[in-house]
Amino acid sequence: MSPELINLIIQATFESLYMVGIAALLGTAFGLPLGVFLATSRKGELFAAPTVNRVLGIVVNATRSTPFIILVVAIIPFTRLIAGTSIGSTAAIVPLTIASAPFIARLVEAAIREVDGGLIETASSFGASPIQIVFKVLIPEALPGLLLALTLAVVSLLGYSAMVGAVGGGGLGDLGIRYGYQRFMPEMMLAVVVVLIALVQLVQSAGDYLARRVNRRLRHR
Amino acid sequence: MKAVSMNAHPSLVIGEPVEIRDAPAEPEAMVRFADISKTYPAYRGKPGVNALQGIDFAIARGSITGVIGRSGAGKSSLVRLINGLEKPTTGRVVVNNRDISALTGRDLRLAQRSIGMIFQHFNLLSSRTAANNIALPLEIAGWSKADIKARVTELLALVGIADKHDRYPSELSGGQKQRVGIARALATRPSVLLSDEATSALDPQTTRAILDLLANINRELGVTIVLITHEMSVVRQLAKEVVVLDAGRVVESGHVADIFTQPEHPITQSFLAEVTGDSLPVSLASRIVQEPGSHAVIRVQVRGAGAGDTLIARLARELGLDVSLLSARIDEIGGQHVGSLVLGIPLSISGGEDAATRTLAWLSQHQFPAERLGYVA
Repeated sequence: MSPELINLIIQATFESLYMVGIAALLGTAFGLPLGVFLATSRKGELFAAPTVNRVLGIVVNATRSTPFIILVVAIIPFTRLIAGTSIGSTAAIVPLTIASAPFIARLVEAAIREVDGGLIETASSFGASPIQIVFKVLIPEALPGLLLALTLAVVSLLGYSAMVGAVGGGGLGDLGIRYGYQRFMPEMMLAVVVVLIALVQLVQSAGDYLARRVNRRLRHR
Repeated sequence: MKAVSMNAHPSLVIGEPVEIRDAPAEPEAMVRFADISKTYPAYRGKPGVNALQGIDFAIARGSITGVIGRSGAGKSSLVRLINGLEKPTTGRVVVNNRDISALTGRDLRLAQRSIGMIFQHFNLLSSRTAANNIALPLEIAGWSKADIKARVTELLALVGIADKHDRYPSELSGGQKQRVGIARALATRPSVLLSDEATSALDPQTTRAILDLLANINRELGVTIVLITHEMSVVRQLAKEVVVLDAGRVVESGHVADIFTQPEHPITQSFLAEVTGDSLPVSLASRIVQEPGSHAVIRVQVRGAGAGDTLIARLARELGLDVSLLSARIDEIGGQHVGSLVLGIPLSISGGEDAATRTLAWLSQHQFPAERLGYVA
């Protein structure tokens, strides 16, 4: 493989990491509070607001059921408003964030719901406010689950990022389509797939390692 | 005591005066339930439940009070009214001269800091070490780091696990976890400690150690302890006062010794039977027949301090009978002997039926409840 092609792969890898990294950060920034709220706002819960909970649930489901490639195209005006352009890696971060935030929210909701309800009662019994319960009980106790959720979200984002070639987002997926498929270069396709596999393995291993480190539930001596 | 509460946080002073029912006893009450009822409304097809009705009693300052009842009797609802986790449907709950049932939001959270609670399943945070679990209520109350550190060290020593400072709950035994729970409940120096079946998940030996610890805490710190339990052994070992709950109502309440020497309600009697063992040893039960035999079998209830001490000797001396002891079980509740003796009264030797009749008459005359179970050959 020629040095130019290798350079292309390296450049595409950085584009992918850039898009996925920023989208994961932003997706978490929106998805984490949303997920915590979804997990604590049903009837009788910490921030009980059943109607808001139901409406947000519907919005999250609607976003999650829209195929990503359609979402990318459908929100082009919005993307232009936010990023100033609808083309390129930076612009691609907008649909990636919008797709990942509800996904992360659902994963966060599930992780928070795993926390023993007795702990909420316990914290309430010694006078903790709902906000204190979220930050001192729910998030620390759900941390292993939250880290695994985030890992899953990053892996999914790597998959989504392959589709943003449609709006000139670049990245590994785009490289694979344009060179590997459209220019009949199977070795390029193979190289892209190998890099993606390596990235996913890396992210998953790092996520598993961190989740295990913060999990004190199963530690024995 | 009253002056202290007047100087407390201004928002904690309740303007509305508390209605005083038993005037002389009232200043001594740490917890007062005034005409409480608690109804859970019907929800998603499940019918409403009257969890508590007509609850009206006081828990004395510095006492150890057991609240005993079968599951579903309303114990958990009752204890959650004390720390404001639940609100009564009617009536009010006054804790340390504050009407906790009327407090909400920040006022309630401040009041909750003076009420500690321990739980059946310990409810420790798995992500925090023993020391940091104990620190949690202090962090919530806004203590400084240095104060928290000093207080946590003190508390770990108090509950006897100073060496477990950096251990996570998964590395502790059940008894050690409950010690952490107790230290956490005492962290903010509460005046009341609520125990919700705190020993139900522990083995008998550990239970005993934890109950001893609670007794020490009550003695040394003067903390009022309210024990919710379905286990008679817990009440027997620790409580001085007892409240018997059944189907959401208080069926009996008073000093442990009085209640369990004169149990009136069937529920109380059934709890007592767990200790006194009304069931006979299998080998004896299988020998008892209803056709006349050589001995009449009589069961005598023993209630009161030293009540049964000289019973057999007096029977033998005053009635001239060679009374034999077939089975006996006597325990001590609140300093009173509680139990039963199963006696064999020899018939053929000492004059037929007459001996048994005379024995029953003598027992009844001396205030020993007794019943004839049958005969043994």
